[in-house]
Amino acid sequence: MKYLCTVWIEEAVLNGLSKHDAETLVADSLAYDEELKRSGHFIAANALEPVNTATSIRVRNGKASTTDGPFVETKEQLGGFVLIEARDLNEAIQLASKIPPARVGGIEVRPVRELK
Amino acid sequence: MSEDPAELARQTVEAVYRSDSRRVLATLIRLLGDFDLAEEALHDACRAAVEQWPHDGVPTNPRAWLVSTGRFKAIDTLRRRARFDASLGELAERLAATAGDTTAPDLEELEDDRLRLIFTCCHPALPPDAQVALTLREICGLTTEEIARAFLTLAPTVAQRIVRAKAKIRDAGIPYQVPSRNELGERLDAVLHVIYLVFNEGYSASLGESLTRADLSGEAIRLGRLLLELLPEPEVMGLVALMVLHESRRAARTSPSGELVLLDDQDRSLWDRARIAEGVALVRRALGSRRFGPYTLQAAIAAVHAEAPSAAATDWTQIVGLYDVLLRADPSPVIELNRAVALAMRDGPLAGLVLIDALLARGELAEYRFAHSARADLCRRLGRTAEARASYERALELTRQETERRFLVRRLAEVAP
Repeated sequence: MKYLCTVWIEEAVLNGLSKHDAETLVADSLAYDEELKRSGHFIAANALEPVNTATSIRVRNGKASTTDGPFVETKEQLGGFVLIEARDLNEAIQLASKIPPARVGGIEVRPVRELK
Repeated sequence: MSEDPAELARQTVEAVYRSDSRRVLATLIRLLGDFDLAEEALHDACRAAVEQWPHDGVPTNPRAWLVSTGRFKAIDTLRRRARFDASLGELAERLAATAGDTTAPDLEELEDDRLRLIFTCCHPALPPDAQVALTLREICGLTTEEIARAFLTLAPTVAQRIVRAKAKIRDAGIPYQVPSRNELGERLDAVLHVIYLVFNEGYSASLGESLTRADLSGEAIRLGRLLLELLPEPEVMGLVALMVLHESRRAARTSPSGELVLLDDQDRSLWDRARIAEGVALVRRALGSRRFGPYTLQAAIAAVHAEAPSAAATDWTQIVGLYDVLLRADPSPVIELNRAVALAMRDGPLAGLVLIDALLARGELAEYRFAHSARADLCRRLGRTAEARASYERALELTRQETERRFLVRRLAEVAP
């Protein structure tokens, strides 16, 4: 099964990290991507620009309306994602718990729904 | 038993159903990969047994017969439904292909199925109330109506929780497996928590009106014993010990008129000695493992109480010491409160009061009725009746339980100006 692991962090917490801690987090995240590639679980992963760069779009009656900001304002923001291939939820939880930003934020694990 | 072969067969089916239906279900869930299909298969297999056993005789291994019949019934069901949904046809053929293997499954595999079922029902990815409902439904075999009555909620609510939980198991890919060694600790904690939750629901309710709710404690103890049989880990021993030690005092906890009796005032001759012996033996085994945790420590405290001839003759030094260890293992303000009460028994009410006042000042227990009633009790013993009154009144405001309310009213009358 495919699972999307979204990474949720308070941007203030992220910005408050020391230079050393921030650099370690980036290095660890890149290293973990490589580890997932080697073990065959990796599909895709990226960090996201801060939430103030987000734009939300809806199309109603064929007309697109565009607004500034994310759909929902939350305490923790979507900061990145890792798309993995895992045998089941237990393996997905094991893999997600090692995603480095889990140390400062949280990871939501969602099974991918294949549309047919 | 009846002489009529049909009646005899029906009675045998009933007996097998009572003793083995949960095991059969656990195995069918693994074989069929679906809770609902497995339940349906179990029912179909039991119906077939009632029809066939009178003519063909009771099979040598009724449980294996039910598993294999249930599996074939499920394949039939899927084939029938495949007329409307082709994907079910593929599933049916896949199951049929593996069903040809008629070698009897080994005993260990079947025991593992029961553990798989327990760990799946108590998976932390399911909401806590759904874990409880699913456990009582699938492992204990309670009906949704029985679960609803026990938790004072509506049957459709319980049914919906179970349906949603099963949907999540299927759609999120929660596997039917016993966790690996490195996950076992955390996952076992979740299982123990569900069992303890069920026990407490029954234990605190046993003071109330409804007898069905008290049955929950018995169900939790049965569940704990099953887990202990399948997975004899120290904390499982600790939890079973804790539950049977609490349960040993059931008869002494309420007066004949249904009033609450506190531990200090209980008639200890009413305590169930057989349960105490079982609990104490389990605590010793768990402590001996040196891998014990909070449940074992709480059980050890309960064991010291259980073995004391009276409140005054209790080894309070040992109890305070056990609370110290427990606080390090599992820091919580409620445990600090219990430690303060034990300390008051060892060093006098003033020593305990100082700790409780400090605890209350921190605010976490401000809404916790037992913190106020404990404070009231210490003030009463110190002769500070005005303070005792104020604290009993605060506890009374916070209590929702009728027997507890009556108890506090009686205490309040004792410190009336």
